[in-house]
Amino acid sequence: MRLRGWRKGAFYGVCVLLLVWTVFPVYYMVMLSLVTWEDLFKPRLYVTNPTFENYYQTLTQGNYFVSQFWVQMYNSLSIALLTTAAVLVIGTLGSYALARITFRGSRTIQSLTLFTYIIPSSFLSIPFFKMMADFDLIGTKLSVILVMITFTSPYAVWILWDYGKTIPPDIDDAAMIDGAGPLAIFFRIYLPLILPPMVAIATYAFLFSWNEYLYVVLFLSGETHITIPVAMGNFLATDDAPWNILMSVAVLYSIPPVIFYYCFRRHLVSGLVTGSVTSA
Amino acid sequence: MSQTVVVSATPNPPARRERWLGKTALGLAFCSPLLLLFLCLVLYPILYMIYMGLDRDIYEDIFSDPIFIQTLWNTVIFVGVSVNVKMFLSLVLSALFNTENRFARILSGLFLLPWAIPSLPGILAFRWMLNGQWGIVNKVLNDLGFAGYPWLVRRPTAIAAAIVYHIWKYLPFWTLIFVAGRRSIPKELYEAGEIDGTTPLQRFRYITLPMLRNLFMICSLLSMVFTLGDFVIIKIMTGGAPGDSTHVLSTLAYRYTFLMGKIDWGVGTFITALPVTLLFIFILIRWVK
Repeated sequence: MRLRGWRKGAFYGVCVLLLVWTVFPVYYMVMLSLVTWEDLFKPRLYVTNPTFENYYQTLTQGNYFVSQFWVQMYNSLSIALLTTAAVLVIGTLGSYALARITFRGSRTIQSLTLFTYIIPSSFLSIPFFKMMADFDLIGTKLSVILVMITFTSPYAVWILWDYGKTIPPDIDDAAMIDGAGPLAIFFRIYLPLILPPMVAIATYAFLFSWNEYLYVVLFLSGETHITIPVAMGNFLATDDAPWNILMSVAVLYSIPPVIFYYCFRRHLVSGLVTGSVTSA
Repeated sequence: MSQTVVVSATPNPPARRERWLGKTALGLAFCSPLLLLFLCLVLYPILYMIYMGLDRDIYEDIFSDPIFIQTLWNTVIFVGVSVNVKMFLSLVLSALFNTENRFARILSGLFLLPWAIPSLPGILAFRWMLNGQWGIVNKVLNDLGFAGYPWLVRRPTAIAAAIVYHIWKYLPFWTLIFVAGRRSIPKELYEAGEIDGTTPLQRFRYITLPMLRNLFMICSLLSMVFTLGDFVIIKIMTGGAPGDSTHVLSTLAYRYTFLMGKIDWGVGTFITALPVTLLFIFILIRWVK
């Protein structure tokens, strides 16, 4: 499609507008992380004398507000990694059953999977809090991880199942004739074949937990137990919070997701919704 | 017994049935972690919540709380406006990214940034930008000769700020979905349309729109359910301020339960939204399957 005249102008106009709209808040976040405390209160569109002092303070835990930065990073990371591991186990096993075995109850499981994927996680916050209190799990990472697993597993099962369906069933039959049991088929044939979507759902599960705010606020407390996003939220509790340091935390915390998204974006958009494109 | 083994090698009806039962057991065994999850961490909490919300007095109490009524309206506005505007823009913008234009391709890479950046950093950046005293928005307005405005201190603009952030954050994702949707439409349809001498607008109206209708409906409904439960945008952007006038369901339930100690009120808040949510979910399950 070639554009001419006013259409070309309109096209580039929209592009530039979109570029500014998309990038400006990110640019501003990065910019704020580079200003001094005094400059923070003199709003400008650009930095006059950029400084890495905020990053230095954050990385060396040199300010009261970031005194537990590395512990909180570790908390974020460990919750995200443990969730990812559990989701991979649950997701691969469940999707194998749904994609490769015809059995009674599979339709119910499919519906439950979809239901759990769609229901907003915050709706279950109160019963979850009661449950975790009943089982004395408040304050433990396990409580957060269990909830993260609950809300990320359905998507994992869905995506892996969708992919697993496309593997020809002859492969399983051939293996069975050679005397392979279901476990051997699962480990030696199924798992290697579904590796590409496994990477995508691992990313999804990792980022879902990395980004979680509500359930960490509910279950974990104390500077050394919370995760980075909750620590960032705590900056708002006081009026004299150093927003320039806060923005340096924001940038550091955003780097892993941005890298992940750009590496795996193709896989992340597939699945549930695109499945409905082709069937539409 | 050894004979049955021999027999099962050449399948006959009883053996097939046995195999079928074996398959069911096998399927359920592979699904057992998932089933355990559904029972303990999905069905149990939902039933627990419904059980806690059975008392009818709760609803008389919360429906006579003016903040609750205002919150219902806020939620309807927040979900209705942000999802519909976002979906409309996504559909339009997906045309832009479906072109072969080099500039649009470079843009589509950068366009993902808001989606990739976690919620908290983005919301905090918006919050500072909209700060009445030191925000860049007011600064730019002042430079252009307009008066600044205390955006987050007035209810309508505070809700609008949350809506704008929502659109900023989720527009890229849904645009990508619609780009994928557009790519799945057979090219021949457009070629035939061009031969027949149709205008681009007509092709959009008579080819793109009907082909993407289902996808659009599914995405809108899905996004509405997700947005209905959104907690973090309002919590961080406004915190319910000014004076608890900008809450949505989940932030109000949080306030009732964890700040006021009225757990039944919190439960009642979610239960009130449950019929609509479940209706949406069941429609979606039917459509997607």
